[in-house]
Amino acid sequence: MSDLTRRTAAELSGLLASGEVSAVEVARAHLDRIAAVDGDVHAFLHTATESALADAAAVDAARAAGEQLPTLAGVPIAVKDVMTTQGQPTTAGSKMLEGWVPPYDATVVKNLRQARLVLLGKTNMDEFAMGSSTEHSAYGPTRNPWDLNRIPGGSGGGSAAALAAFEAPLATGTDTGGSIRQPASVTGTVGVKPTYGAVSRYGLIAMASSLDQAGPCARTVLDAALLHEVMAGHDPLDSTSLKDGYPDVVAAAREGARNGIAGLKIGVIRELHGGDGGYQAGVLARFDESLELLTKAGAEIVEVSCPSFTSALAAYYLIMPSEASSNLAKFDAMRYGLRVGPQGVEAPSAEQVMAATRAAGFGDEVKRRIILGTYALSSGYYDAYYGSAQKVRTLIQRDFAAAFAQADVLVSPTSPTTAFQLGAKLDDPLSMYLQDVATIPANLAGVPGMSLPSGLADEDGLPAGIQLLAPAQADDRLYRVGAALESLLNDGWGGSILDKAPKTLEATK
Amino acid sequence: MPAISRDEVAHLAGLARIEMSPDELDRMAGQLDVILGAVAQVREVAGDDVPATSHPMPLVNVTRPDEPRPGLSAEQALAGAPAQQEQRFRVPRILEED
Repeated sequence: MSDLTRRTAAELSGLLASGEVSAVEVARAHLDRIAAVDGDVHAFLHTATESALADAAAVDAARAAGEQLPTLAGVPIAVKDVMTTQGQPTTAGSKMLEGWVPPYDATVVKNLRQARLVLLGKTNMDEFAMGSSTEHSAYGPTRNPWDLNRIPGGSGGGSAAALAAFEAPLATGTDTGGSIRQPASVTGTVGVKPTYGAVSRYGLIAMASSLDQAGPCARTVLDAALLHEVMAGHDPLDSTSLKDGYPDVVAAAREGARNGIAGLKIGVIRELHGGDGGYQAGVLARFDESLELLTKAGAEIVEVSCPSFTSALAAYYLIMPSEASSNLAKFDAMRYGLRVGPQGVEAPSAEQVMAATRAAGFGDEVKRRIILGTYALSSGYYDAYYGSAQKVRTLIQRDFAAAFAQADVLVSPTSPTTAFQLGAKLDDPLSMYLQDVATIPANLAGVPGMSLPSGLADEDGLPAGIQLLAPAQADDRLYRVGAALESLLNDGWGGSILDKAPKTLEATK
Repeated sequence: MPAISRDEVAHLAGLARIEMSPDELDRMAGQLDVILGAVAQVREVAGDDVPATSHPMPLVNVTRPDEPRPGLSAEQALAGAPAQQEQRFRVPRILEED
């Protein structure tokens, strides 16, 4: 494997700026790595070899001409297939959009191009971002580079696996209930869900509009901050885009790594720490060790209670399908994507074509959620289910407000377990939903969250993650505490956690 | 008694415009029943005094000046269409010939 693929984005940025390597060399190293291992991992749905090399060559030419380039210019990135890319296929992991090439870029993608990152291709995901394992992709599952028989998390399993398999130093994700943080947790990488509204949703294929949030995926906290800075910003094309309140996350990450976190109050959420949440012992052990490290670094640990969090999962699985059933109504076989005629009908009505197309184009999980949402929104049930769930949302926001009055940052394990075996939960949707029990409250309240590796669980030697949560528009606190903890953990491990990954991928070549 | 019956699922599938086979309806009804059983607790959590929150941000209408500006060309807009004719979306016929 080329050494360049082991480098962080920050390191690559330095090497590119000093002229030690060219952007073409960096892009080629990653494309070669993808060619070598992605047959096993299946992190990518589409690899943009030619355009990546052309973009990289353009960066090299601009640099040679003395142009001042942005920090991440020439650094490769993988893009989750839920973001529209002009001229590149965009499917959201669904048969419904197979072969569709959007005529425009999502704002996030536009920002990446303006910052001169090199787009390597599109990453695999659960269909329309519905799932916690990337097994619901219509194009086959992604595999966890730590153990190819295990899931890489979901829905952004492709992005997380691409990082862990050293196929890309950076990737984008979207997080509706934990789809950035949970994959980060089970692959030993870093994932951030920014404050709702901090990153534009324009050009993201929507699942649940009041919950969806795009964010950075990386191998280090600083790399996530560098990408966060590129992705975030006000966008007039998104009516829910924040107009202000973009803290300097890169400075916060650097400060955290340098000066630590003395004096900060860190709140442990009682309801997300053990009990009956199905938490694996090894995940809790690594979490407790992280707390000890934070204490030694001068932070004060306090326990906070958020009683409504125990109802968050239930509220989420009413609100999310309700919004999804509405958002996915646009896949009607008329304007783009798949069109299937019902069998044996000579002159089918538009309704029949629509029903046959949606039957053929959507997978089981998507159908399940559309039906659930249609039920929750239907007359007679609306108040009991959807209305009640929206009240729980109010209570969760109040819990967060009370907790943040006692602590600067809140913490919990990210996912209750390490990566499970492929297929283990496919026939048990509810058990799959429980994977997101700790991540969902942040989406319901719109606050930012980060997951970073906390170590390897004793039972199976697989990565566990710790989740940090901050008040809305205080994303910088996540980076400050995250970078401090990462630095303490790396000191103990003698390097990055990914250095401890079994050589699964090398062995298969 | 199940929270949701097979007939109800069939009705919902009709509303959602998704064709479902009898097997699919059986399987879906069983799964949705379990899921609804698990989420039904939301009905007991908050009282009438708790207002509903539909969105994490207070939303206001956002408008832009009503000025003409270039959009997608007809070719670009039609690029993803399953079928097209004379620069228009061609959709399945819904009326009988005569």
